[in-house]
Amino acid sequence: MQEFFIDPNRCIGCQSCVAACSECDTHRGTSMIHLEYVDRPISVQTVPVVCMHCDSPTCAEVCPADAIKRTGDGVVQTARKPRCIACNNCVLACPFGVPKMKVELSLMMKCDMCYDRTSVGSKPMCASVCPSGALYFGTREEIEHLRPRSQPVNQFQFGEQTITTKVHMMVPRDTAVQHVDVLSGMDERPFDDVFEGIE
Amino acid sequence: MNNPDQLSVPPDGRPYHDQPQWRNDFPIDWPQDEFVARRDFTKFLVLTSFAFAVGQLWIVVENFARKRRGQPPVRRIARADAIPVGGSLVFNYPEPHDTCIVVRTGPQQYFAYNQKCTHLSCAVVPDLGRGRLHCPCHNGSFELATGVPVAGPPRRPLERIRLEIREGDLYATGREVRA
Repeated sequence: MQEFFIDPNRCIGCQSCVAACSECDTHRGTSMIHLEYVDRPISVQTVPVVCMHCDSPTCAEVCPADAIKRTGDGVVQTARKPRCIACNNCVLACPFGVPKMKVELSLMMKCDMCYDRTSVGSKPMCASVCPSGALYFGTREEIEHLRPRSQPVNQFQFGEQTITTKVHMMVPRDTAVQHVDVLSGMDERPFDDVFEGIE
Repeated sequence: MNNPDQLSVPPDGRPYHDQPQWRNDFPIDWPQDEFVARRDFTKFLVLTSFAFAVGQLWIVVENFARKRRGQPPVRRIARADAIPVGGSLVFNYPEPHDTCIVVRTGPQQYFAYNQKCTHLSCAVVPDLGRGRLHCPCHNGSFELATGVPVAGPPRRPLERIRLEIREGDLYATGREVRA
């Protein structure tokens, strides 16, 4: 089975993935990839952000219009046009900041791992052009052979929320996996039982 | 997880049969979202057919009740010569919100209809050049002399208002609902 691996260490910020993404036929002209600078004043290091395709998609959990669906192969799709009400909940809720609100279409659009390509066995556009291998689409054996010093991680911690994803992030193999405490930036900790009593 | 279509994991990690009902009603997984149970489909068919049958009965009852009610009371509209030949006047009959239009085509020729177009209830306006009442919403046309539709989307004739002239005054004396 082919899987998606992101290796931000290898990203050189060349924007190839952004250009390739906007070539995709399902959303021609707009890129669904976010190519982010980590901390622009002190470094030119960039990180490509594609949809991680969570097992429990927060975007779909918060959607009040029941518009965000996950297909049987685990890919979270762009909002369904007849249902999306362009409320921006998913944009605010996604821990990875993936969904994009197309205001002119009143539609949330997001990376769907090039569903037209991956569902028939091709690589996603971004992974097929990435010159440094920061975006890699292939089997687990291939990535282990190519990156012997890295290991794929697909569990992330955002505050109290543990997220398991379909897409993997490559991290160093010889050190323990570290998670940034995103709640440390908040003045108050959120209530432990915000959803208690809601059925 | 027993259902292979239920791929997504609820945030608290508990199995689906321990989840609140809304989570089963609004599934995240596409196959579940598209799934229509045979029982639900049958329920939909039965209830929709029942609603149609009740609607038909209601139409019959309503027709019967309308015939029993008889004609609305006579009401004076205006002086008969207050409307010039080729002119028209809008009046309310039988209720204050039922707008009707009376058109004078000759010295002794008056035609009155309810203004509601039988297509989507827009107000019809006289088009005397062609001897028609015209509905500007979807270009529907009714024959001025009879009220039957001659062009456009309307299929039923306009509701006709019976007129009478008594001592130079124009009176509305009843209405004819035609199918």
